[in-house]
Amino acid sequence: MPTLGDYLLLSAILFAIGTAGVFVRRNLITILLSIEIMLNAVNLTFVAFGRALGSADGQIIVFFVMTVAAAEAAVGLAIVIALFRHKESLNPDSFTMLKW
Amino acid sequence: MTLFYLFAAVAVLASLLVIGQRNPIYSVLLLIASFGALSGLYVLLDAPFVAVIQIVVYAGAIMVLFLFVVMLLNAPQEDTEYDERVHPLLRPGPMRFGAALAIGLLVELVWALTRGTDTGGFPDGSVSSVAAIGQSLFTDYAFPFEVTSILILVAMVGAVVLARREGPR
Repeated sequence: MPTLGDYLLLSAILFAIGTAGVFVRRNLITILLSIEIMLNAVNLTFVAFGRALGSADGQIIVFFVMTVAAAEAAVGLAIVIALFRHKESLNPDSFTMLKW
Repeated sequence: MTLFYLFAAVAVLASLLVIGQRNPIYSVLLLIASFGALSGLYVLLDAPFVAVIQIVVYAGAIMVLFLFVVMLLNAPQEDTEYDERVHPLLRPGPMRFGAALAIGLLVELVWALTRGTDTGGFPDGSVSSVAAIGQSLFTDYAFPFEVTSILILVAMVGAVVLARREGPR
């Protein structure tokens, strides 16, 4: 049977993949998708710990994380659309207007 | 047990492919596959409610939103100063440093997780009934639940304001 440690390891791998996506990719949409991967890795940790501790609280926190993720995706994508109208580009390196 | 490794392999592989794709549409579709595998893992963890929510909200709603924006912007190419034929993960400079940072994070996490004592299997009794979750959500977590509705409202208004076209119509 897979143990709690196995689930935590899988979650760590997924979180690292998401981090790599944020660091390496130069496309705003892919960066937002990488953030979703990280949020899901954390969700998996919450559910695994909730199962190990025999409590429903882990699943409830996952519920709240999903709501925040939905709000983040909606606002983030709106910002991406607004930025794309300005520069016709999705590369975060091209948005340097606030850089001194 | 084999199901765990199957779902884990699909989730990791799909996530790796998500950050390796040039075209964002493929990234979004692969992320849906990854979410499906995670939903299977939630079923294995006796959390059917979270599994269903994962499919309905994440794969159903959030990913459709992403797909919608990708198709609206219609920018399949990544415009960087680097050679387009080189794979994004193999490009030079800060990207290689970022990849090294991510690998460092993975090594640290794996080291921290594997040096502890063996956790053993999960206990038998589980709180998986939707009734128990709903009971808890509307008693102990009633205030956060209501705050969530305000958060969604603010996000909705914010998204409309941000994405609106400037100037007179």
